[in-house]
Amino acid sequence: MTYLDHAAATPMLPAAVEAMTAHLGSAGNASSLHASGRRARRIVEESRETLAGALGARPGEIVFTAGGTESDNLAVKGMYWARRAADPRRCRILASAVEHHAVLDSVLWLAEHEGALITWLPVDETGRVDPAALQEALDAFADEVALISVQWANNEIGTLQPVAELTEIAHGYDVPLHTDAVQAVGLVPLDFAASGVDAMTVTGHKLGGPIGVGALLLGRGVDCVPLLHGGGQERDVRSGTLDVAGIVGFAAAAEIAVKEQPERAERLAGLRDDLVRRLLEVVPDALLNGDPTLAPTRRLPGNAHFSFPGCEGDSLLLLLDARGIECSTGSACSAGVARPSHVLLATGADEERARSSLRFSLGHPSTRTDVDALIAAIGPVTDRARGAGVASRR
Amino acid sequence: MKVLAAMSGGVDSAVAAARAVDAGHDVTGVHLALSATPESYRSGARGCCTLEDARDARRAADLLGIPFYVWDLAERFRADVVDDFVAEYAAGRTPNPCLRCNERIKFAAVADRALALGFDAVATGHYARIVDGALYRAVDPSKDQSYVLGVLTAEQLRSAMFPLGGSLKSDVRAEAQRRGLQVAAKPDSHDVCFIPDGDTAGYLARRLGAEPGDIIEDGRVVGAHHGAYAYTVGQRRGLRLGRPAADGQPRFVLDVSPVTRTVTVGPAAALDVDGLTGTAPRWCGPAPGGALRLLAQVRAHGEVVPCRATLTDGELSVALESPLRGVAPGQAVVLYDGDRVVGSATIRATSRAGDLPLAVPRP
Repeated sequence: MTYLDHAAATPMLPAAVEAMTAHLGSAGNASSLHASGRRARRIVEESRETLAGALGARPGEIVFTAGGTESDNLAVKGMYWARRAADPRRCRILASAVEHHAVLDSVLWLAEHEGALITWLPVDETGRVDPAALQEALDAFADEVALISVQWANNEIGTLQPVAELTEIAHGYDVPLHTDAVQAVGLVPLDFAASGVDAMTVTGHKLGGPIGVGALLLGRGVDCVPLLHGGGQERDVRSGTLDVAGIVGFAAAAEIAVKEQPERAERLAGLRDDLVRRLLEVVPDALLNGDPTLAPTRRLPGNAHFSFPGCEGDSLLLLLDARGIECSTGSACSAGVARPSHVLLATGADEERARSSLRFSLGHPSTRTDVDALIAAIGPVTDRARGAGVASRR
Repeated sequence: MKVLAAMSGGVDSAVAAARAVDAGHDVTGVHLALSATPESYRSGARGCCTLEDARDARRAADLLGIPFYVWDLAERFRADVVDDFVAEYAAGRTPNPCLRCNERIKFAAVADRALALGFDAVATGHYARIVDGALYRAVDPSKDQSYVLGVLTAEQLRSAMFPLGGSLKSDVRAEAQRRGLQVAAKPDSHDVCFIPDGDTAGYLARRLGAEPGDIIEDGRVVGAHHGAYAYTVGQRRGLRLGRPAADGQPRFVLDVSPVTRTVTVGPAAALDVDGLTGTAPRWCGPAPGGALRLLAQVRAHGEVVPCRATLTDGELSVALESPLRGVAPGQAVVLYDGDRVVGSATIRATSRAGDLPLAVPRP
């Protein structure tokens, strides 16, 4: 089997499995006051310190959640509510047009139900936000902006955003910035404190940790209204009994992913560059989406994203799947039913180009054999899919 | 063979897929997403029933251990089935959307794509049999769906597979239970799938707007309506005529004319037709020549009567040996030789021995 969908979920690192399973059988609620509770609490706090160390944050800035979607919802809605409560004029959200649905739909929900106004920050043909566009939006709406949300790295086409630069501009207007960094941790250098961002979403299953645990890194002075009410376990911003084993696995994976980031990025970029070059040789009319320079400062190292003119993305997926090659037609959330990707549309691609796209994402177990398998299959598969594309349009 | 199993989420298509697997075929399941309910902000949001059906289909595929995908055919379905349905009613005809869907979606768009992708056949849960390339009625007369498949050409039948045609529905349910398929007890679907509340008149009114007009009997105005499209030849209910007929007998819709916005009503006896003409004939084989002694059926599970059918210049004339009641233009006439489907056509006009001109929609 050739797994080229690591941006959806990457296998857990063996050390993370070991760390996590060691705690699955133990009793103990980290909020309990007895010895078992204290033991659980200690494990959580050690993991928090490990994660903070890996991400350049202080332990007190880490709010554990159930994953990226919850962290994005908490950041966008919670910061919006807090800022609006402090100043009722602040009800505008600036967000990039290529955000993940967890941010996108949170913003749209606030517009529909909480009176939020939205300014979508446009992107160039590579999917990158122009800092001047943020500057312009802030000049126009300085007094009414509640928050800005711009992802660190795009989940579909792998484009890296100039987050530090955007944050500096935002802070010039005293506006907080949230970034969804789930795709970035362990693949590009990333440091919460150095980036200056006010809030950052991270999650376990993209970096070799378990599914179902993540965190929102929330700067000390950043106010955030909770989504989940109850015991107030995490800084009173997030309630719910802590998933001790999950947190241990997450922290262990993050520590390794960050430590090994430079070599991993270099190795994956090498494989990816090879994939892109050879695929374009086999399918010369394929169109590379995202940043064409493949530069490590502009694109995730393991990401390759193409449109195949005349083919339906889901036909390609079916044919590759039948040959044991697994990839994705877009973000997994809109998979199942093929919808043209909002990310590609935002980069100026037409609907046909968006519908004919596939994402190949490499991860820590990927090897040259995986690339070879894809290159061997992609020619016949695109030929066949092209015929089906014509058939379904008759 | 490589077989694409269309899986609706119901019990029939699940068992059909299971039987294709048992027969040794390499089966892939596909759920056809046909209805695109207006989206809010979640892309991919659909009516809950459709989502539930897709989930049921996926679970059946999981159990069978076959790959499963959702194919979005909402756009094709809207253009080829839903809009056609509305346009036909607007023109005073009575369409059968299931038949259109088989003709243009399942055994056209889906089959074409499947064949192009390298599949050899499309299996569905329809109750009908294919023997030596010809289409036959199902063994279970209460479930027989050969009528709504009567539009398929020999070429379309070549790549179709109906694993349930030889079974009784009760046996199919029992088999689903035995196989552990969760959908074993799921109720059959009946209504037009894109009108889940079953209110066709209300749906048409929303799509077409109010077009009030007269209800006429023997040249006299006897009532009023909000839109002629809401009436079908043979319909009795919903006329809301104030006065009873002179003979005290119930009245029925005899004719619908959207252009003049009139609905003509009359006694049951006036509904009997013994001749009809059909356009766009389709044959499960070469087009026949001369007059054929066959059997005619004009609606799903409707009465079957002997007839003589003649094809002249692409138009089919059918002389019925005993009258059929309430035949509306737009319906399909499917011709059988015994249990074998010979072909079909869309009814353009009907006539009766008394020679009263009946139900010829004005252009």
